[in-house]
Amino acid sequence: MTLSPETSNISAEDFGPSPSQTVGPYFHQGLVFGQGLVHGEENVMVSPTSPAAGERVTLRGRVLDGDGEPVPDALVEVWQADAHGRYPHPADPEHAQADPHFRGFGRSDTQHPGHTFVFHTVKPGAVVRPGQPTLAPHLQLWVGMRGLLTHTVTRVFFEGEDNSADPVFASLPEGRRHTLVARREETPGGTVYHFDLRMQGEGETVFFDV
Amino acid sequence: MTTEKTRPRLRTLDPTVHPAYLHEAYTSSVRRAPHELLIPLPHTLADDTGPVFGEGRIRPDDHDTTRNGRVNGEPLGERIIVRGRLLDSSGRPVRGALIETWQANAAGRYVHTRDQHAAPLDPNFTGTARMLTDEHGEYELISIKPGSYPWRNHHNAWRPAHIHFSVFGQNFTQRLVTQMYFPGDPLLAYDPIYGGIPDEKGRRRLISRFDLELTQPEWALGYRFDLVLGGDAQTPWEEAHG
Repeated sequence: MTLSPETSNISAEDFGPSPSQTVGPYFHQGLVFGQGLVHGEENVMVSPTSPAAGERVTLRGRVLDGDGEPVPDALVEVWQADAHGRYPHPADPEHAQADPHFRGFGRSDTQHPGHTFVFHTVKPGAVVRPGQPTLAPHLQLWVGMRGLLTHTVTRVFFEGEDNSADPVFASLPEGRRHTLVARREETPGGTVYHFDLRMQGEGETVFFDV
Repeated sequence: MTTEKTRPRLRTLDPTVHPAYLHEAYTSSVRRAPHELLIPLPHTLADDTGPVFGEGRIRPDDHDTTRNGRVNGEPLGERIIVRGRLLDSSGRPVRGALIETWQANAAGRYVHTRDQHAAPLDPNFTGTARMLTDEHGEYELISIKPGSYPWRNHHNAWRPAHIHFSVFGQNFTQRLVTQMYFPGDPLLAYDPIYGGIPDEKGRRRLISRFDLELTQPEWALGYRFDLVLGGDAQTPWEEAHG
């Protein structure tokens, strides 16, 4: 495709990726795109009555700034495989077998009580494909907020899993690996994984250049 | 991974394109910017995939903020048509991609509890739209030109008129949130958010182009706004089918 000056705002010599900009403090107004769920809430990735396979878990956490204060206006998104490690996307050779009741995407703001983000989801399975290293159960996590002109990307691994062989986990400096492991807690309401993000300073979360 | 072809590595966080995390003129960045360098992400299947949103969840007026928020009349302000294409870094159209937009009303006020700017709300305008790109990677947004508004970043700080664009590409690593600006806006020169983009060419990409051809007589002004995602939308399954 060629960009013509009559119909494009981007001239040929300026062609290149569009730069990121902050989501700003008012992004919530754009977050009403449902998941096809009864609730229509984007952080409810499986409703209580969903027939989706897998262990129900809640992922909960805060985004902490350089003073350790929770950020009240962050946008957190997750992308994950289903309970059997399959993605509902054609690039996955096993996508045809992906759980039809699970879409893998969720997003939450940090306005919830305590400035936490919350996802109600299933625990993802390990991704096992012939000829490729097995990926430990994980979520991709995307974070944008007022104050971030470019979003950050990280991964969430799970306490109690053997993460050491995961190619992403294994690539991390040992002293920082713990920042990507969600802590498991059994509560009367079910299994909760806790995952705080620290944007800077002591214990800063690992962020990736994707 | 062993089965990967010679596909270019996805790079959405190219520092020559995207703003640095720490941009002191934008004061909110000072306590929120990561200090450590980003760690290169070994490419895995997780990066080739991403959420797929279908037609089923888009309603007919979702792309038109002059209609989708009406309560008892038309929203106030200057009607605009924004048309553009979503492309990958090779210039190929990205089809069937979800674009969401949000913005202030003509007076520069958001429908948001935290926006207490002393400008009127418009009862017939929420400023939120969503659409899917078509087979040519094209989208169309009908809206109201947003007003400028003050913010407290520095003395006499005003945001240039802008529309937030949120885009899902072919996979999650192409995820982009950006802003569209308007040509000739005198506030651009003073805006640390726009000014945080390191490269002049990159800054220019976020300025829409007035288009008299797209402008409709007696009704709305037309603007062109193309978006280019990092990475390459040519996917392995498309390669397999030529």
